[in-house]
Amino acid sequence: MSALPPWLAVLVGVLVLAGAGFACVGSFGLLRLRNFYQRVHAPTLGSTLGTFCVVLACALGFSALQGEALPTVLLISALLVLTAPVTLMMLVRAALYRNRLEDGQALPSARGDDQKPMP
Amino acid sequence: MRRLLPHPWMAALLLVVWLLLRHSLAPGTWVAGGLLAWILAWTYGRLAPPPARVRHLPTLLRLFARVAADIVRSNFAVARLVLGRRRRVHAGFVAIPLALTDPHGLALLACIITSTPGTIWVEHDPQRSVLLIHVLDLVDETVWVEAIKRRYEQPLLRVFQS
Repeated sequence: MSALPPWLAVLVGVLVLAGAGFACVGSFGLLRLRNFYQRVHAPTLGSTLGTFCVVLACALGFSALQGEALPTVLLISALLVLTAPVTLMMLVRAALYRNRLEDGQALPSARGDDQKPMP
Repeated sequence: MRRLLPHPWMAALLLVVWLLLRHSLAPGTWVAGGLLAWILAWTYGRLAPPPARVRHLPTLLRLFARVAADIVRSNFAVARLVLGRRRRVHAGFVAIPLALTDPHGLALLACIITSTPGTIWVEHDPQRSVLLIHVLDLVDETVWVEAIKRRYEQPLLRVFQS
């Protein structure tokens, strides 16, 4: 174990703060945006650049501290990108289904003409 | 060979992930990882996945680089939208007619579209091959249709469907 060189400590600090900043803006977006379909965009800030920055800082910092490359944490980003569509799609489609069925909103559909809700 | 190890690339990928997660290259890790990779690759084969052929690897790598740049750019765009003074956000749905039908290509397109802040994949109709997405900052529909088709669909077509 050795202490981090100052330039690396600064870099790691900046990355961690940037990641936290993006996650924070994303959460603020949940509050700020108007409806469900707009709000669902906001947290993707935290799951993309927010996580990337923190994960990169983690890999750099701990690799330097332990004197060996630690690429394991980078897997987190890859797995997040691969699995995020599953939950997002499920949420959006559930919302779409409810809006069509219960609120009777004419929302566009991939099947062409706007589906009329069932009576 | 194929009968003994039905999905060699899948097995190799699983083994690499295992070695990374265990963070060791000891013989025991190789044995456990190899066994696990073999069983999981075999299980994957039992699910009868549609065959995947990556026909043009350089195009795929270039696409990954482009997506990484787009993710960074749209992160800043959405952050500006959230923090900006504009009270109203023009969000909306966009229907995109797709030429892409390969399931692996579509899965990758779903990852790309949802991972880029500001756009989400809503639904896809395989019969009509139309994709519905929701865009947070919708100024002009045709611009989005054109952008998605040119930036992402074209390379995916070349990789999976040429």
